[in-house]
Amino acid sequence: MPRTPSQHAPSVRVRGITKRYGTVSACADVDLDLRPGEIHGVLGQNGAGKSTLMKILIGLVVPDRGEIEVFDERVTINDPLTAARLGIGMVHQHFSLVDALRVWENVILGDVGRMDPAEAKRVVHEIGARYGLDVDPNARIRDLSAGQRQRVEIVKCLRRNPRVLIFDEPTSVLTPAESRALFDVLRRVVEEEGRAVALVSHKLNEILHATDCVTIMRNGRVVDTHRTADTDASSLARAMVGRDVSLRSAAAALGAIGEIDALGDDRANLAAVRATSPDRPGPVLRIAGATVRGATGSVALDGLDLVVRSGEILGLAGVEGNGQTQLGEVLSSLLRLTSGAVEVDGVAVESGRAGAMARAGIGVIPEDRHDSGCLLGMSVAENLVFDDPREVATRGFLRRDRLLARARSLIQEFDIVVSSPTAPMWSLSGGNQQRVVLARELSRAPKVLVAAQPTRGLDVGAVEYMGERLRAAADSGVAVLLISTELEEILSLSDRIAVLYRGHIVGEMIRGTYDLDRLGMLLGGRAA
Amino acid sequence: MSTTIAEASSIDASVDRTVRRSAVVFTLGLYTASIVGALTISAILVSVTGGSWRAVFTALLDGSIRSAGAWGLTLDALAPLLVVAVGTVITTKAGLTNIGQEGQLLIGAGCAAFIATKLGGPGGVTVIVALIAAMFGGALWAGIAAVLRYWRGIPEVISTLLLVFIANQVINIGLKYRGLLLDTDRTNGNQNNVGTLLGPARRLPHLSLFGNQFSIGVLLALLVAVLVATALARTVFGFRLRMLGMNPRAAQRAGVPAVLAGATALMLCGAFAGLAGGMLLTSGPGYRITTGFSRSFGWDGLLVALVARDRPLLAIPAAFAFACLRTGGGFLSSAGVAGDIVDVVKALLVLALLLPPAVLFVRDRRRAQRRASEAT
Repeated sequence: MPRTPSQHAPSVRVRGITKRYGTVSACADVDLDLRPGEIHGVLGQNGAGKSTLMKILIGLVVPDRGEIEVFDERVTINDPLTAARLGIGMVHQHFSLVDALRVWENVILGDVGRMDPAEAKRVVHEIGARYGLDVDPNARIRDLSAGQRQRVEIVKCLRRNPRVLIFDEPTSVLTPAESRALFDVLRRVVEEEGRAVALVSHKLNEILHATDCVTIMRNGRVVDTHRTADTDASSLARAMVGRDVSLRSAAAALGAIGEIDALGDDRANLAAVRATSPDRPGPVLRIAGATVRGATGSVALDGLDLVVRSGEILGLAGVEGNGQTQLGEVLSSLLRLTSGAVEVDGVAVESGRAGAMARAGIGVIPEDRHDSGCLLGMSVAENLVFDDPREVATRGFLRRDRLLARARSLIQEFDIVVSSPTAPMWSLSGGNQQRVVLARELSRAPKVLVAAQPTRGLDVGAVEYMGERLRAAADSGVAVLLISTELEEILSLSDRIAVLYRGHIVGEMIRGTYDLDRLGMLLGGRAA
Repeated sequence: MSTTIAEASSIDASVDRTVRRSAVVFTLGLYTASIVGALTISAILVSVTGGSWRAVFTALLDGSIRSAGAWGLTLDALAPLLVVAVGTVITTKAGLTNIGQEGQLLIGAGCAAFIATKLGGPGGVTVIVALIAAMFGGALWAGIAAVLRYWRGIPEVISTLLLVFIANQVINIGLKYRGLLLDTDRTNGNQNNVGTLLGPARRLPHLSLFGNQFSIGVLLALLVAVLVATALARTVFGFRLRMLGMNPRAAQRAGVPAVLAGATALMLCGAFAGLAGGMLLTSGPGYRITTGFSRSFGWDGLLVALVARDRPLLAIPAAFAFACLRTGGGFLSSAGVAGDIVDVVKALLVLALLLPPAVLFVRDRRRAQRRASEAT
C-alpha cells in the first residue's frame, strides 16, 4: 500500500493551541499536523481534550492562544462557516440531522438560494456510488438506522468537497460491520483523493487498524505522536492512561478479549458452574414476554425474556436503539408494558406505576442521570435520599441532622468529591454525580441493580470504580443487570451476556465461552 | 480523605458566605435601582402632565403607611395577597402553573358569603365554618382544572385562566337569587347584584394597635405563610412536591404519584385563594359580596408570588409592598391626581418590583446552563 505521504506538507498545522475553562485546561500547548493522504488518529480518554481540539479546528470553540495554519496560510477560525470555506468539514459524534426531513433535504440544509431537489438527489446518489455510502435520498431520517444516519452525515460533509475531514468517535453507534465499512470509506477518501482525515477515538483497535499515524492526548496535552506502524496496543494504552490501571480495565481498554478471558478464568469457571449446577441461585429478576408498543405502532420491546440471578452480572449487549432505553424505563416505573410481566423474587410487579419497581427492590442507575437519576436543583444530601425521604424523617417531618449524617457517611463511603452535603447537585462533576446516584441506589440494599450505560461520559478512573462497585454488589448477592452498548464493558464485567436486538434477546453466552465472531453476528441481528 | 473533605468544606463554607453576601448586596442594589428608576420616570410623567410629583409621593406614603390608620388598611390588604401568593408557591413548586386564583378567590368568597348569611348558630362558629367553606370552594374550583389536566391532558395554565371568567358568571348568577347570594334585606335601596350584609357577629374580629385597626386575618395569613414554608422545606410531603416540580421522571421512579400530588397541589392553591376570598369578605370593609368583589386580589397575589420568587417567607415583604401600592394608590386619586396617571404610576412601580426577579431568574438560568455545558 502506498503509505508514504508523510513528506507532504501538512494540510493543517496546529501550534501551541491552548483553551482554558476556568481553572481547567481543555487544551494546553497542543501541536498537531494533518497531512493529505493520511488518516491521523487522535487518541485519548474522555476529557483528554480531543473534542475541544477538533471543535477549535471547526470553529465551534475559539482558542485562548496558539496558531493554526491551513495550507501554509495563517488563519483564524471563528465559526464553522469559516472552517467550511477553508475546506475543513466534520462529522459529529451526535448527528446534526433533522429527523422529520428526507435525506436529500438534510444534505442541502443550510444552503442558500433556490432548492433543486433533483440535483440534490443526484448528488446523494453520486457520492453514495463513489464511496460506497449507499443511502436512499428519499428516506426520512427517523426511519434510518444509526449507521445509515452516519452515512448521510458523511455525504453531507463530502458534498462540500472538504480537503480535511474530521470524524469524532464515529463508531460509537455502529455495529462492527458498519465500522469496517466506514474505515473502507475513509481509506478511499485519503488514498484516492489525497484528503486529510482526523479520526478521534478512544478505541485502540480502531486506531491501530485504521490510521497512518496517531497523536495521543491526556489531560489536554499531547503526550506522544507516532507512526501507527511503529507502535502497538499496549504502549498506546499506557500513553493514553498514563498510570497503572487494574489489569482488567487495561485489557478491556485494549479490547483484547482473549486476555480478559485468561484473566477471568476463575470467574469463568465459577460462572459456568453457577449456570449448570442444580443448586444455583434462583432467579431474582424475571422478565417474561415484555412488549412495549409505541403510539405509532412501533415496537420497542418485542417479547423480551430475561432472567437475572442473585450474585451474577448479566451483561445486556446491543447496538444503541434496540430497546435498551425502553427496558431501562420499564424497570424505572417510567413505562408501562403493553404485555408481559416483570417479577422480583417471584412476585409480579406492576409496570408503569409510580415507584413500584423501586419498592420491589429494583435499584436503577439510569442511562441519563439527569433524566431520572438526580435533581440538579436540590442538594447532594437530598439527592442521596430521594428514593425514600421517609428514611430520614420522623412522623412526616424531615430530620435535618439525620439527613446530613446519612449524606456524610455515604459521601465518605463512596468517595464523592463535594464541598459539603448541602452543595447543590449541579455543582458536582459528572463522575461525582454518578457516584451520588450509585451511592443512593446501593444504600437501599436492592435485590436487583440495573446499571444502564453506567460509565458513559466518565473517565477511566471512574469507569474502573464503577466496575468494582458493580462486581462487589454482585458478590454480595445482588442480581446485577448491566445494559451497555460498550462491548468492552460488557465483556470485562459480565458473568453472562445476552444480546438485545430489535427488542428481544437473540442469543446468550456464559463467561468462558465468549466468541467474538458470534457476538458480532448477534449484534447485527443474525442468530448464530 | 475525611480531613481533606472537612478542610475543603470549611474553606468552601467561607467562600459560600462571601458569595452569598455579595449576592444579597447585588439583589438589594437591583431593587433599589429598579424602584428609583420607576419613581424617576413617574416624577417626570407627573411633572410633564402638569402635576406635582412631590404631592404624588406624599400621597403614596400617606395612603400606605404615614397617615393615621393607614397601617391598618395596608395590613388588611396584605392578608389576602399573602395567602393567595403562598398558595401559588405550592403549585409552582410542584411544577404546575395555576393562574386562576382570581376565580378561585371569588368562588371561595361566594361559598363563605352563602354560609355566613344562611347558616344560623353562634357568630364565631359561623365565621370559622364560612372560612372553611371558602377553602372548599376554592379547592373545588381548582379541582376542575386538576381533573381536566389529569383526565384529558388539558394544560392547567389554560383551564385555570378560563375558569376565572366562569367564576365571575357563577357569582353573578348567585347574585340574582335571594336563595343564593342576593341581598335578602328588601329595605335596601340597591337590589342589583348586591349580596346580603354580614351581621357584626359574623365578621372577623379586629385588633387595634397604635390607632391602626386591622382584622385578625393578618395573623391568619402570616400563620399560613409560616406553615406552608415549613411544610415545603421540612416535610416528606413538601419534599415530594418539590421533587415532582424539579424532575417529574425522577419523582415517578421514586414513587411520587404525579396525579395525586399534582392535584393536591392545585387544590391546595385553590383552597388558599378561596380562603383569601373568605377573609376579604369577613374582614370588611364592605362585608358583602358584589360584582367585581375580588378587585384583582387574585391577580395581584400571583404577582406577589412572582416577586417573592416562590419563597413563602419572602412573600411577606412582597405582599406588603403590593398592599402599600393598593392603599397608597387609592389615596393618590383621592389626592387629586388624574386617574390615568395614577394607573401609570402604579403600573410602573409594579414593573419595578417585577424586574429584579426577572433579571435574577435569567441570571440563574444562564449560570446553570454554563455550569451544565462546562460539566460535559
